[in-house]
Amino acid sequence: MSIAETLAQLALFADLTPSQLEAIAHSHEEDVFAAGERVLRRGLSGGNFYVILEGEASVELDGESRAKLARGDFFGEVSALTGEPPTTDVVAVTMLRCLVIPAPQLEQLLLDRPQLMLRMLRMEARRLRSTLEWQP
Amino acid sequence: MAAVERPFPPGDYDVVVVGSGPGGLQTSYFLRQFGIRHALLSRDERPGGMFQRYPIFQRLITWTKPDAPVERSSREYEWYDHNSLLAEEPELKALVPALMDRAYDLPSRAEMEAGLCAFADRAGLEARYGCTWESTRYEGERLVLETSDGEYRCRAAVFALGVTEPWRAEVPGLEHAAHYVDTRDPARYEGRDVFVVGKRNSGFEVAQGILPWARSIVLGSPRPVQTDALALSALRVRYLHPYDEYARGGPGTYVIDVSIERIERIGERLRVTTQGTTWDGTLEFEVDDVIAATGFQAPLQDLPQLGLVTVADGRIPALTPFWESVSLPGVFFAGNASQGARGIGKRGAGASSTSVNGFRYNARVLAGHLAERLDGGRPPREPVADLVSFLLHELTSAPELWVQKGYLCRVVSAADGSHVDEGVVPLASFLDSPGPDAYAASVEVDEAGKIVPTLYVRRGGDVHEHQLEHHPLHRYDGEPYRKHVSGIVS
Repeated sequence: MSIAETLAQLALFADLTPSQLEAIAHSHEEDVFAAGERVLRRGLSGGNFYVILEGEASVELDGESRAKLARGDFFGEVSALTGEPPTTDVVAVTMLRCLVIPAPQLEQLLLDRPQLMLRMLRMEARRLRSTLEWQP
Repeated sequence: MAAVERPFPPGDYDVVVVGSGPGGLQTSYFLRQFGIRHALLSRDERPGGMFQRYPIFQRLITWTKPDAPVERSSREYEWYDHNSLLAEEPELKALVPALMDRAYDLPSRAEMEAGLCAFADRAGLEARYGCTWESTRYEGERLVLETSDGEYRCRAAVFALGVTEPWRAEVPGLEHAAHYVDTRDPARYEGRDVFVVGKRNSGFEVAQGILPWARSIVLGSPRPVQTDALALSALRVRYLHPYDEYARGGPGTYVIDVSIERIERIGERLRVTTQGTTWDGTLEFEVDDVIAATGFQAPLQDLPQLGLVTVADGRIPALTPFWESVSLPGVFFAGNASQGARGIGKRGAGASSTSVNGFRYNARVLAGHLAERLDGGRPPREPVADLVSFLLHELTSAPELWVQKGYLCRVVSAADGSHVDEGVVPLASFLDSPGPDAYAASVEVDEAGKIVPTLYVRRGGDVHEHQLEHHPLHRYDGEPYRKHVSGIVS
């Protein structure tokens, strides 16, 4: 299955047309990580935005898993949008295939495709709510 | 005539290297340096087959500067010469500049091929030529490569076969198109309307070649042309000429962002139906020729059936930082296919593994990695007397770091107040492996596109990053840098 076809199945990209998805798929690289490889590194500059196309990843703090991520999830957006280094690691749990969007391109993509920005904002809001819910 | 005995008969080896282009030759050279018993196999009759079969590449895009402020035999000269293979012996170093006619500071195809043949010849690198790799299987942990000459068993196989197989996107009707590799004589496009599918290197190269001949040219693909990146590319002349004509409104040359929906034959002509990707709407074209400039793939034979995981629509193997398949243990790649290891990809930057300048260093690191893994032995490490001077010298002139920006780094470990040179390794491996307190020097590019040397300090398992200030002449050995680095390491 092509990257554009995979993107078409993910909620984040649900509002985009096939040709818009093709432009995204052709404009960015995909990367595959072996199980155990680190994808996002806490404290280091220059992290990218990643969308999981296949496989599972774990959000880790000091080697402890805090959350699991799967196909359709994304990560790295906070540091990509704020310019601050990530505050956690993300590690591949299984073989992990991701679409990689560098920070400056992410900003442009969100401005070009407001539907994508809204989807991302909604997913971010849900994450925030669940984070606030389990705080005392 | 007496039969000449061919080297490397079928049998058991520690490593089998397949391919006798720059990637295969460089890997074989360094495996020999590390004392690893290996066979080098090639279906060709002599080194550098791609440089014979693809005469469309008449000139390389990576520089070699015959004159430089440093000696040709020095390590620092490698930064001035991106096309010679690496060697320890002075007589094997920097072979390409001596063969250049200096029409450009980029060698021609013929000069590059002569350089490869000279290297293989003078280094006495043997290969079993005329031996074609046919299929692959595992027997326990060992790999078995079936070839036209018989079976080779090994603990690790290194495939260095380039990325030279024409690849076609899955577009209905693209079989009506000629591939870029079949478009040699521009005169055959005289007076014809041509649609080129693809707007990367090969698309623009072929478009530029037929500009004086074709009646009209359309370049179409989903991704917008990235002019800011292209302006800094060695390919800018080929890229920007057709684009320049289009941008200035020149009639007959069009560069458009479209997905190609289908290509149909209508009598003698071809109809190309497209849909805009960065604009709304559809366009139809009737042309005489469609050229698929959709790129190349690594020749992977039966490896995908064996479970090889790939990227880029199956074209490139997905690799670990040491260029091993993420899914097939013991299967490594060298040469152009080593681009399948992207590295930590800071700010989206990839490794420079698609050309000789980058992958020659990958080959040395890979050979060292294989030596360690297969033999368990590590070559002796040299002590570093003056840590700050060592790091500043590496950051200013280490060719490995300047070519493989953000991918390779130089590591110095620290214990009991003394320092040891741990050599060049992938930065990802330094950042992600536990280890003793250590420093890693790397050359990277910041948000603004400026080159910035970066030091990583590992203390008690935690890694911290320190960027040095950009210097307009790239000199990082002056006093302010000495002070900054002294502060970082103390």
